[in-house]
Amino acid sequence: MQLMEGEKEQIISCVDEVLSNSTKEKEDLIPILQKVQARLGYLPALAMEKIAEGTDVPTVDVYGLATFYNQFRLNPPGDHEVKVCLGTACYMVGGDITLESFERRMEINEGETTSDRRYSLERVACVGCCTMAPVVVVDDEVEGKVTPTRVDGIMLELEGKNGKSGDNNSSNAGQNTGSKDDPTKEVGEQK
Amino acid sequence: MSESDSQAIYEKLYEEAKKKIDAKENKAQVLVGTATCGVSAGALKIKEDFEREIKEKDLDVDVVEVGCIGHCYAEPLAVIAKPGHPAVCYGYLDDGLVHRLVEDFLAGDDPSYEYALAALERNDVFPTFEDFPRGQYEHKLILENCGFIDVRDINNYIARDGYKALSKALEKEPSAVLEEVKAANLRGRGGAGFPAGIKWEACIKSGQDEKYVICNADEGDPGAFMDRSILESDPHLVIEGMILCAYAIGAQKGYLYIRAEYPRAVGHVQEALDQARAKGLLGESIMDTEFSFDLEIFQGSGAFVCGEATALVNSMEGNMGMPESRPPRLASQGFRGKPTVLNNVKTFAYVPYIINRGADWFKEIGTKDNPGTAVFSLVGKVNNTGLVEVPMGTTLRELVFDVGDGLRDNKEFKAVQIGGPSGGCLPESALDVPIDFDSLHEAGAIMGSGGLVVLDENDCMVSVSRYFLEFTQHESCGKCTFCRLGTKHMLDILNGITRGKGDAETLELLKELAEDVRDGSLCNLGKTAPNPVLTTLEYFMDEYKAHIEEGRCPAGVCRELILYYIEPPKCSKLCNVCVGSCPTEAIFTRDDGLKEIDQEKCVKCDNCLKACPPEYNAIVKLSPPVLPPEKEKTAK
Ligand SMILES: Cc1cc2nc3c(=O)[nH]c(=O)nc-3n(C[C@H](O)[C@H](O)[C@H](O)COP(=O)(O)O)c2cc1C
Ligand code: FES
Repeated sequence: MQLMEGEKEQIISCVDEVLSNSTKEKEDLIPILQKVQARLGYLPALAMEKIAEGTDVPTVDVYGLATFYNQFRLNPPGDHEVKVCLGTACYMVGGDITLESFERRMEINEGETTSDRRYSLERVACVGCCTMAPVVVVDDEVEGKVTPTRVDGIMLELEGKNGKSGDNNSSNAGQNTGSKDDPTKEVGEQK
Repeated sequence: MSESDSQAIYEKLYEEAKKKIDAKENKAQVLVGTATCGVSAGALKIKEDFEREIKEKDLDVDVVEVGCIGHCYAEPLAVIAKPGHPAVCYGYLDDGLVHRLVEDFLAGDDPSYEYALAALERNDVFPTFEDFPRGQYEHKLILENCGFIDVRDINNYIARDGYKALSKALEKEPSAVLEEVKAANLRGRGGAGFPAGIKWEACIKSGQDEKYVICNADEGDPGAFMDRSILESDPHLVIEGMILCAYAIGAQKGYLYIRAEYPRAVGHVQEALDQARAKGLLGESIMDTEFSFDLEIFQGSGAFVCGEATALVNSMEGNMGMPESRPPRLASQGFRGKPTVLNNVKTFAYVPYIINRGADWFKEIGTKDNPGTAVFSLVGKVNNTGLVEVPMGTTLRELVFDVGDGLRDNKEFKAVQIGGPSGGCLPESALDVPIDFDSLHEAGAIMGSGGLVVLDENDCMVSVSRYFLEFTQHESCGKCTFCRLGTKHMLDILNGITRGKGDAETLELLKELAEDVRDGSLCNLGKTAPNPVLTTLEYFMDEYKAHIEEGRCPAGVCRELILYYIEPPKCSKLCNVCVGSCPTEAIFTRDDGLKEIDQEKCVKCDNCLKACPPEYNAIVKLSPPVLPPEKEKTAK
């Protein structure tokens, strides 16, 4: 994914700030990655290189961690993030069909972001409300009993929102990434 | 140090807490369940609705956030406790109902029992949860406080005898705690059932000074949420259990390894740690004794294998979470190479109860070799989904049909999946197996850490075992060949079967591979990954055979083996719903006005079947995917 204007500077200053508040020890590496992701919304290659430099860990090892753990994402999140639950209960009642419907509508695969960075699509495991299966989390709002028909409705609503906020959405997609869902945001700082 | 110091300090904390809580209980309170399950169902909005309505009427009522009381099927839920009435629990709340409850019950004095689920205290007007079949079987121990206390105020926990066990323990030698836990035969609730006391003792015997206590809250089972609910609903219980463990083994530092995907749990635990520290219950010189111990959260980054003990420690050290072969065990060489005790959330949660009430009391619950209770997140096709706690030895049948109130929509029971990706699927004939570590293991499943999914006639067992295998295959860390390649090969075979490919030999091969992976893998991820496949092969062979011999998926799930078909006699010419619902424009109107599906274009998205109005119910799934010869066409 291409970096947008100004993003490079933003990444570098973010990594610098996180590193300056850490011990730079290997044990601190995962928390560092979590904090950088909480701020940028994802882990751009540049950030991983800078973290490797700053902690004196080989870059491949940082890449290794970022790809090993499911929490880390290498693509920027879209303006609208859709997460489809494929936990056991949701899968049993057709969560995979729902996911496929989103893939078809967004024209991307699970784990990707559309090239205009409007939408990103992810699968998650058990959101904790299996009674409402199949469950979809749209921009942090949980919605239950999502039939494939409802997928079209959700997409229409999101498209409506895009229309209103206009083009300024796409110019700095990296910014509005803070998801309420991201715990490192809420409590990471307090440590 | 005088011996009664900690006792005196505790008395003071208790008095303070009790005074505060009593003052609150003297006026009406609305307790809204805002654990993740509640929030997902809209509990935060319900809380706002209550607050707004109460403010508008200028009532003196507190609205507080509590955790999960386990009746997740009826979320969003709230309990209203008003002096003069028994506390009553209301479910399925929406803004209209909130309005009524505030107007009639809080402003007026009518508890509106017609909307109530149950009362919480015995009374002579309305039944309590114990009066339902579920209540007869349930025995709440570590879930006792969940959903009834304001998690964000430590005083609630203290006023319910919280941290009393700690104050008692601090008066005695650390060995007394160990002996009590050993005598209670507390078995680890993370899956394997290893006795906690023996693990702790091994750690003490290591003879080293620097030691660690770690709580495993990684909860990797993709369909389970008990550990999260407990941390969100009663975090101090787990914290107190960990402090007691630290005292017993002489550890100075501990960690709670919690999934980063569990932001509410992380937030509540962080708050709880801060409050415990502020009250001198954690940190330097706990309760003015010489014992110091501190706790920190480590956020796990979401990899199933990190639930495995050695992988978890590796990941805390900043490495990829790969398991190590054992020995050395963590008890002698764990985090930072030092002796470490790692236990599950629930294992720690039992400890304060055991210290408070004694090993003998604990052993009276459950069975001889499996004392205590079992906690499950009961999900799938049962009526009462949620968090349940039953004594060990309860049968699966009681759990599904009494506690869970049977299957939804009168569907036929097919299986229970127990233990998640490491567990197995048990059929009707195994329902009388008592729930305990040993019996479930014998039956081919495992206790696991408490995920239990009920499956009905509409679930395809091949597809279920494929789902879990895909999960473990994806989560295999790749270190050992059996697990990495074996599961891949098995998955390929299962994918083939769901497309109707294979023969008798394929099933033989699948079974052999499963056994090889089970016997040859390094860690328990690989050793247990074949369980879902092996149990379904054993109990549901006929379904496998239907797939490969007849190209038929009996449950109509495997999409390569079904097709969607509009039954002409049932289709209404006046209705166009299915046409609009189709994302690929595969449905068209025939010359005779009936609808038909162009099979070439159909992506089997299930839209039309859901969209077709129930009064027509004209769309069916056919398996094997062969169109019936159309009678009408020939008649025309
Ligand atoms: C692949 C794998 C995943 C595991 N996941 C968990 C988990 O999510 N939570 C847990 O408590 N134990 C999990 N375990 C078990 C742990 O290795 C360990 O036995 C347990 O945490 C010890 O605690 P206990 O003695 O209190 O049960 C897992 C084991 C394996 C092999
Ligand atoms: S499986 Fe989807 S919410 Fe639990």
